[in-house]
Amino acid sequence: MTDIFNVLSPGAYTTVQDLGRFGWQPFGVPPSGMLDDFAGRIANMLVGNPDSAALLELTFSGPTLKILAPASIALTGADMPFSINGAPAAGWCAVPVQPGDTVTVGMARSGCRGYLAVSQGIDVPLVMGSRSCYVGAAIGGFNGRPLQAGDCLRRGPGEADYLARRVPAELVPAYPSEITLRAIPGPQDDFFDHGLDVFFNTSFTVSPQADRMGCRLQGSVISQIEAMPQSIISEPSLPGGVQIPQDGQPIILLSEQTVGGYTKIATVISSDIPRVAQALPGDRIRFERIDIDAAHAVYHRQTSLLERIRNEMKLSAAEQRIRRDRPDPVAVDWNSQVVVDKLIHCLYQT
Amino acid sequence: MDSLRFDRPKFRLAGDRGLLVEFGDAITPEINQSVRAMTFALETAAVPGVREVIPTYRSVVVVYDPLTTNPSLLSPLILSLHEGLARIDTPAPKESVIPVCYGGEYGPDIAFVAEHNHIGTDDVIRLHSEPSYPIYMLGFSPGFPFLGGLSEKLHTPRLTSPRMRVLAGSVGIANNQTGIYPIASPGGWQLIGRSPVRLFDPERPDPFLLRAGDTLRFEPITPDEYQRRAVGDEHD
Repeated sequence: MTDIFNVLSPGAYTTVQDLGRFGWQPFGVPPSGMLDDFAGRIANMLVGNPDSAALLELTFSGPTLKILAPASIALTGADMPFSINGAPAAGWCAVPVQPGDTVTVGMARSGCRGYLAVSQGIDVPLVMGSRSCYVGAAIGGFNGRPLQAGDCLRRGPGEADYLARRVPAELVPAYPSEITLRAIPGPQDDFFDHGLDVFFNTSFTVSPQADRMGCRLQGSVISQIEAMPQSIISEPSLPGGVQIPQDGQPIILLSEQTVGGYTKIATVISSDIPRVAQALPGDRIRFERIDIDAAHAVYHRQTSLLERIRNEMKLSAAEQRIRRDRPDPVAVDWNSQVVVDKLIHCLYQT
Repeated sequence: MDSLRFDRPKFRLAGDRGLLVEFGDAITPEINQSVRAMTFALETAAVPGVREVIPTYRSVVVVYDPLTTNPSLLSPLILSLHEGLARIDTPAPKESVIPVCYGGEYGPDIAFVAEHNHIGTDDVIRLHSEPSYPIYMLGFSPGFPFLGGLSEKLHTPRLTSPRMRVLAGSVGIANNQTGIYPIASPGGWQLIGRSPVRLFDPERPDPFLLRAGDTLRFEPITPDEYQRRAVGDEHD
């Protein structure tokens, strides 16, 4: 293992996350993991990691890091000013760094959470199968807590491939302050009648009480049917469940929640959880009703989009590799079988 | 009470990856037995696309992969399993004995619980350590057991203002519930004792001592024994 980052300043709330800790919810351990797993997976792809590698999740503002070993890094997610030794660097593409470099990530201009991946992944101990930090139980991540100045992080074994991967501009998500979330009514939609109209037809403001457990909204009061009980027998909550507590103000539950006794009027589809992850206090949220079949179609499309991005990145990296092979890029004969073979090779290698 | 059990399980959608299956509308051992049997049946069947089966008081949450399966495929399967549920031979519940040092610095609220119920602190200890409690589900914090069967003579409201920090192992009462804090956390339960046993340790090969569907009994121990076992625990 190699020391990779010395934390000079940690940013507002920076934790180590991977895709999550699965199989433990029957024991009361929530999944945790990257809240915006779309941006997080892409950050890993950019530096040649598997999607499941651990990276840094940044919230509102990013860290300042001293680089301790050669590596390739990539920043995705929220639009945060990103510089290396004071010179601006581009997000959504692989950036090589050298020992002694200082990487600075500033305050988000749009979106809320940034993802900083490093080639070979952040190396922290696996806890119950995952490197994700679950601050509530002080497990996973770096000593079970957000980063602090003076922490020294390591990366996994191996060397970066330094391929110039980038995400095509048209595939970089925008993070508008007016957000639409698709949601499936239920599990307790039968506790509401008029409340469902309020939920799907008015807009809500993201309150400052928004963290990895849940995102609290403010807006018109959503009331239950009078005859129905105010709460239910406690049951597990899944990410995306929209809980309606007594005050009628919805809370979108996220990945660090296990059990709750409030009714859930609807559940945000998993493909839209990244939009919740990127919502800033003050942003406006509207819920759009979607049925389960349509939601699964969206899930399939989202999975294909990720694969498309993965392939486009391999293509852009393949071009770069070919140019390194041939000193004069103009001389590349795009019809030559050799070039086509190389492209195909790069496209299909894992 | 058994009328609160549904003849046919009720399905509810929990988003695009979760299916909630309810067996009744109350906390009873009978309804929870259906939960236990269905959890066991689903785990044994190893249904393609089913990622997790989470048992609760009166329902199971089936977490699935939408690329492989969906509720239209899962619900008929669950209904057919339900028809044979009575014949399923679920493993016998395992009883865990949890040693507890009651009162003193370990259980600062025991006098309040006694006073509230017009009984002595000895009665609190006796009534609390007598029953075999069913573990209906785990949650809230890692390994926290939701137990049934607390004596009515011990029901006590929560603290008016929660403590900022309750130590791991603390045993408490809140209304009709009793439980143990697996990790240090803020909490509003009336604390009557503390156990030197760690319900949750992420470093153990099996991080959890308790499982939903099993049972638990509390065994009173002396402060000396608490100290001895707590020290032993640290040296493990």
